[in-house]
Amino acid sequence: MTKSFLLIGVGGQGTILISRILSAGFAEMGYDVKMAEIHGMSQRGGSVTTMIRYGDNVHSPNFGDAEADVIISFEKSEVLRALPQLKKGGTVITDSYEIYSVPVLTGASEYPFDALDQVRAEVPNTIVIEAFREAEKLGNSRCQNIVLLGKLVRTMGLDEKIDWRSLVAANVPPATVDINLKAYDLGYSM
Amino acid sequence: MSDKKMMSGNEAIARGVWEAGVHVAAAYPGTPSTEILENIGALYKDDIYCEWSCNEKVAFEVASGASIGGARAFCAFKHVGMNVATDPIFSMGYAGVNGGLVFVTADDPGCWSSQNEQDNRNYAPHAKIAMLEPSDSQECLDYVKAAYELSERFDTPVMIRVTTRVCHSKSLVETGSRENISVRKYERNTSKFTLLPAVAIARHPVREKLLTELEEFAYDSPLNRVEETEGATVGVVTSGISYQHAREVFGDTASFLKLGITYPLSKKLVSEFCSRYQTIYVIEENDPYLETQIKALGFTNVHGKDLIPICNELNAGILRKALFNEEPGETYHVEAKAPARPPTLCAGCPHRGFFFALTKVLDQVVPVGDIGCYGLGCQAPFNGFDFSLCMGAGFSALVGLAQALKRQGDARKPLGMLGDSTFFHSGLTSLIDIVSSESNVIACVMDNSITAMTGHQDNPGTAKNLMGQPSPQIDIVALVKACGIDDDHLRVVDPIDMKAMDAALQDGISANGPFVIVTRRPCVLIKEVARANGRRHAVIDPEKCVGCKLCMKVACPAIAFRDGHAVIAEGSGCTGCGLCTQQCRLGAISIVEA
Repeated sequence: MTKSFLLIGVGGQGTILISRILSAGFAEMGYDVKMAEIHGMSQRGGSVTTMIRYGDNVHSPNFGDAEADVIISFEKSEVLRALPQLKKGGTVITDSYEIYSVPVLTGASEYPFDALDQVRAEVPNTIVIEAFREAEKLGNSRCQNIVLLGKLVRTMGLDEKIDWRSLVAANVPPATVDINLKAYDLGYSM
Repeated sequence: MSDKKMMSGNEAIARGVWEAGVHVAAAYPGTPSTEILENIGALYKDDIYCEWSCNEKVAFEVASGASIGGARAFCAFKHVGMNVATDPIFSMGYAGVNGGLVFVTADDPGCWSSQNEQDNRNYAPHAKIAMLEPSDSQECLDYVKAAYELSERFDTPVMIRVTTRVCHSKSLVETGSRENISVRKYERNTSKFTLLPAVAIARHPVREKLLTELEEFAYDSPLNRVEETEGATVGVVTSGISYQHAREVFGDTASFLKLGITYPLSKKLVSEFCSRYQTIYVIEENDPYLETQIKALGFTNVHGKDLIPICNELNAGILRKALFNEEPGETYHVEAKAPARPPTLCAGCPHRGFFFALTKVLDQVVPVGDIGCYGLGCQAPFNGFDFSLCMGAGFSALVGLAQALKRQGDARKPLGMLGDSTFFHSGLTSLIDIVSSESNVIACVMDNSITAMTGHQDNPGTAKNLMGQPSPQIDIVALVKACGIDDDHLRVVDPIDMKAMDAALQDGISANGPFVIVTRRPCVLIKEVARANGRRHAVIDPEKCVGCKLCMKVACPAIAFRDGHAVIAEGSGCTGCGLCTQQCRLGAISIVEA
């Protein structure tokens, strides 16, 4: 049975790094894994998504509507963009952190401040954490992605066979290993 | 499975190039192909001479020279880059190779980062060269190696056609070691490589014969594969990423003809397969490339583009809907909508100064864009250009536009913009055209010292090459002057310096004849620049800010408006460039270093 994860955020938030760690972990578990990234234009502050699929034999790296088992959102309003891709019964893990796009800043587009109230009311498995704020308190807001990873591993029970901490250590810049491990532990404990 | 590595298609192609014993590799960056040469530069430069060429045509000619000289050569570009390179590609199709010659075209169904979704499979029959289509990262590696065998055996350049979802998807790959290939001896061979008319007309039948032999080879090549399902009445013909989607949708309910060699198509193999099934589905993205050829063989029980969309990329859900009218499963709906979040010029981007200045003279110019980060300037609030076509057109289109505007009494002056890398790519020849035609236009080179949009590749202006070595720095201003632009018709400015930028545009508008503005300020994402900026950022004094929003006119993602005041949002990436400080009439914005 193939499982599909969708990660969504804003260009520059580090969605690709945790996707790499996740797929390395699934491969270590013995699964076939595929991961679809989008590079290029959208990285300049646009909405970015990564898809990860794992199972016994995975064919397509990308998928369409109502096929994601889990959505991991790095930004509050981006959940809304990803929601049509969540299948019924699926899980949402999201940061409540807000990033205003240029159309929001210039007043051309409205920011949906009540996004998470609406998502919570509709999707039973909705988990909201303050990953950005917590990473900031640790001393580096860029560890937001690893806080989210910790929360995801705990929530989905992905840590039976895998030492995710060593995968984190192997994949983040050497100078940031300690703080990222703290970020992972923090996310895991939240 | 643990001895395999997760690799993107691009990483696997780079690995395949190295394992195939390639000696020379050249490319011009372009999404989704860029990481191929980046990986060769980063990992294999000790064994492979590699370079970012000025453009795709140059890259293919570099590779062609290497092949004719006896080396194994490689070249890569995005789909529209192949348009630039087709002149030498078609010639090498006739000439053939000495050392193996393989190139990658990375197509972009869905236009994730491109101006069109052209299907470059159509080029293979047109150029009369072999084409392979891998479906995942392992095949990317394996097919590159197979391509060199084919190239040398059948004396043909081989095109490997991949798409965004192959290039940028990661899957598990088993790697091998590098083959020790010696360079073939170079010998003068004018009857093959000097494509004068008499030689070319003699080479044409040679090429046709080789294609016939290649088609015979394709019949039982392991690159083409039949996956038989017992009792199936449906046969699926497919290639590339579409094979993965087809497997996802049909599972074990159909048999598959998975084609790795899609030009020349083995008519015998396809006919044998298609005649065994009641219904044939041809699953392919964009054009009916395979379908047209299969129908030409006389098969009528074939479904393809009568059901499957020709536009945009595919996925399993789209196919289920198209083929079986099957709706996606249940999902969740909420009222709230995600805000528009288009990609945007970064905080601190030098181009912001240019576009902000341009907004003040938009009634006096007709701005024309080009391909690069500055393409983001076309959006509101800047509305920084009216049209953009392809690399170089930002300058050359001005010549014809000036004539058209003059003939309808439109007094506005054409103003074109392109970046440093684009200037080296094809802007230089366009500028020569502007000068030699004495066109009354403004040509702006927006020099941010890097090929930025594709992720920071070096170019002839950056003084460093792909192999990490220092290289001669080509001076853009000296080139502009050498083209015949004198000091009166040239301004070199820092685009964040508002006074200088405004003055340069005014001078350009009032000048007669070709006028060039070079804006010079490095991209803030260049590591050394970011390091030098340190923690510098702007702060807005809430006591002094009256909430006039003048600073917000520069449309910087770092400035937000809260409780009646402009604020520099935390974590916004403000670099303290100082564009907004020049807008504030009350001195409420200052730059701090920590």
